[in-house]
Amino acid sequence: MHWWIELREGLRIAWDATRANKMRAGLTTLGIVIGIVTVTLMGTAIQGLKRGFNQSISALGSDVLYLERRDWFINSHEEWIRQNRRREITWDQVRGLQRQITSARAIAPTVNTARPVKYKNRSSSSVMVIGTTDQALYTGGTTVARGRFLTAGEAEGGRPVCVLGAQTATNLFRGESPVGARVHVGGYPFEVVGVLEPQGEFLGAFSLDNQVIVPIGQFTSLFTQRPDYSIQIKARDMDSLEDTREEARGIMRKLRRLAPGQDDDFAINQQDQFIKTFDKITGTIATVGMFITGLSLFVGGIGIMNIMFVSVAERTKEIGVRKAIGAKRRAILVQFLLEAAMICLLGGLLGLAIAAPGTLLLRKVMPATISLSIVGLALLVALLTGVLAGFLPAWRAARMNPVDALRNE
Amino acid sequence: MSLIRLSRVSRRYQMGTETIHALREVSIEVGRAEYVAIMGPSGSGKSTLMNLIGCLDTPSSGTYELNGTNVSDMDDNALAEVRNKEIGFVFQTFNLLPRANALHNVELPLVYAGIPSEERRQLALEALSNVGLADRVNHKPTEMSGGQRQRVAVARALVNRPSILLADEPTGNLDSKTGAEIMSLFEALADQGHTIIVVTHEEEIARHARRILRIRDGLIASDERVDSHALVD
Repeated sequence: MHWWIELREGLRIAWDATRANKMRAGLTTLGIVIGIVTVTLMGTAIQGLKRGFNQSISALGSDVLYLERRDWFINSHEEWIRQNRRREITWDQVRGLQRQITSARAIAPTVNTARPVKYKNRSSSSVMVIGTTDQALYTGGTTVARGRFLTAGEAEGGRPVCVLGAQTATNLFRGESPVGARVHVGGYPFEVVGVLEPQGEFLGAFSLDNQVIVPIGQFTSLFTQRPDYSIQIKARDMDSLEDTREEARGIMRKLRRLAPGQDDDFAINQQDQFIKTFDKITGTIATVGMFITGLSLFVGGIGIMNIMFVSVAERTKEIGVRKAIGAKRRAILVQFLLEAAMICLLGGLLGLAIAAPGTLLLRKVMPATISLSIVGLALLVALLTGVLAGFLPAWRAARMNPVDALRNE
Repeated sequence: MSLIRLSRVSRRYQMGTETIHALREVSIEVGRAEYVAIMGPSGSGKSTLMNLIGCLDTPSSGTYELNGTNVSDMDDNALAEVRNKEIGFVFQTFNLLPRANALHNVELPLVYAGIPSEERRQLALEALSNVGLADRVNHKPTEMSGGQRQRVAVARALVNRPSILLADEPTGNLDSKTGAEIMSLFEALADQGHTIIVVTHEEEIARHARRILRIRDGLIASDERVDSHALVD
């Protein structure tokens, strides 16, 4: 009860004092404002990046393994050269893996290249041509919008059919239905049997919809002599992902005749690696942001401390009167801490008010929204800065000798 | 039992290498409901004595018992509590908080006593009307005359029902007419049984009290009872 009454009195005084020195409080809190703007925008940007990234990355499928010749992320040039010298993954190995693996829900080899695609007099110059099997419908996480996907029979056989990505379809067909039409992929005629649902962009780098899917047998006979297969393996569920990975690795080592103790000469990639790399990047952004934020809050905090020393000095007599009347050290301490915290909190609110329209600008490049947790964090940081910066001046005030304080004019 | 009992109290200050003896083994007793004036020229030690009696300061040696409690060795916080409960201060320069209105100023000792706001308000209003300022409760100090301000200060000093009203040159910043008003307020308070100690250097003010303590060079020079009523009437 006691402390609550003192707290309310403290708040009242802090509010009066801040109002009496509006200009001063406003200027003092500028550093806090900048700090809060940075921390808010940075937090919002990272959250926005993450959200955008997660949207993109979901195309990869969290329960899908990508067995390929090379790792997705190679850290050194030497490593890159080494991995580049690895043998290709051959069709025999693909078939061997397909036959032997037991823990996979679906398995689809893919090969790709870029080729122009033409329909009548319209053409798309660089479309991702993907050769795969009917199983890609399950491993790739795509759905067919119109028509149908490749059938098992078509996958390896000779019938020249294709499935268009959403963007390729709209580029080539204006108003017409693509299903049943004949397009030219890299100069060879293919019959369109289906169109995929739009999938969006991958990390903002390229469109997943600018593609055409053809049977893998057609692909290898028409577009490449030495195909380098990538095999998509979908596990039964997330929990058995590691088991599937180990099984695939064991089979592949046998198929590629690796001696025990020899390193793998292939890589099993998964979505996870993207997430890890991305987390590293956002971690770096956060560190840099934290540094800037920390710096501006530090400078802002010093400003607050300075002004609080002034405030204490100006009100020495008041401190004396309060002490004479019966204010304990705690009451005086709380009074000045509250004043510092209040100035900082006002800075925090001002910072948020500036950051809010800033977020709208961010939204042009990423799905950014100010979340409640960021608002809470910003205000907490502001409050904490105030309390820390105000402590020394408040402590000095609390310890004043009442006789000396009263004598002060 | 005496309300105030100072036994061989000394107060020394260190000024550079020099030690200043502001009070030298002073012993005083003041009983309940006494009206005492402490007089002395500047530098006599009367302010030091007032600070000690008011528990703003502690003696270098000797003991001070207030209301039966030895307060000579108390720490800062304990003294604050004693001041809050036992002592009401009236200062020469009023020392009201400029941004707070009369009511808030008078409530202040009750805030530090931890009294809830509703009760606080009642007590403060009562104290203000006792000094004749019932119609000025929402005025800020800057909107009041010197005499009104000093009466707010008196209300603030008395609101927590202290044992002692301790006034330091209470009329020093007032013209003689308002000064006289404040002194007759003190007179009335003394008649109601309040214990009052006024520190002053003016003979005329001191004459209102019923006992005059004269301090010179840190020692009690004289301690006389006066029949003040004869002079005032």
